[in-house]
Amino acid sequence: MTLTRRKVMVMGAGAFVAFGLPLRATAAAEDQIAAFTGGAAIGEGGITLTAPEIAENGNTVPIEVSAPGASQIMVLATGNPTPGVATFTFGALAASQAASTRIRLAGTQDVVAIAKMADGSFLQASSNVKVTIGGCGG
Amino acid sequence: MAQDVKPRVKVPKSAAAGDAVTIKTLINHAMESGQRKDADGNIIPRSIINRFTCEFNGQSVVDVKMEPAISTNPYFEFEATVPEAGEFKFTWYDDDGSVYEEAKKIALK
Repeated sequence: MTLTRRKVMVMGAGAFVAFGLPLRATAAAEDQIAAFTGGAAIGEGGITLTAPEIAENGNTVPIEVSAPGASQIMVLATGNPTPGVATFTFGALAASQAASTRIRLAGTQDVVAIAKMADGSFLQASSNVKVTIGGCGG
Repeated sequence: MAQDVKPRVKVPKSAAAGDAVTIKTLINHAMESGQRKDADGNIIPRSIINRFTCEFNGQSVVDVKMEPAISTNPYFEFEATVPEAGEFKFTWYDDDGSVYEEAKKIALK
């Protein structure tokens, strides 16, 4: 096999993509946050994220988010292969801007919740969860 | 997948007008994340429920966009205001195009 300049370029690009992947995991979470907020500043307080400190089984981790006055709440698992978890959009008949569900976590990581308030501002809360057994198969 | 999916919803039978009621929903679904591999090392393709909505008499209560990080047998708990007697309608949207529906009536006290 002769090594042409074109082949070397392709291999180089492939190596770059392969090494870039681990870095992208947290960058992907930041991208999602930016896409959700549109680059607006994110405040603290006024939003509660309840998650266990230690989760034995990463396949079902109970979480609860609550942000009175929010129109949307996005939950992210920053350490998962794909950081998105769920986006709750509350309608006119939601009695409280709160919901609980069960999520998968690949390993010990920060879970982040961002609320979009009715006035267009954003609030953030995060919680570190230690996971004993990861929940992404493999 | 579509044939053995059974939604289960817990809604009080009656409420006073304007009251908040707690609603719990559960649906059995594998929520295959697209990250797991089978015995031969092939990736099992993603197959999840990607959206859940709850409406009361046509008005939205909650609309959830779901991603693969939601656990098997997705569970949701939330609160809804009941302004009048009527019907809660719950809808789950599967990746494969299936739609699972459930409805619960609620009366006024």
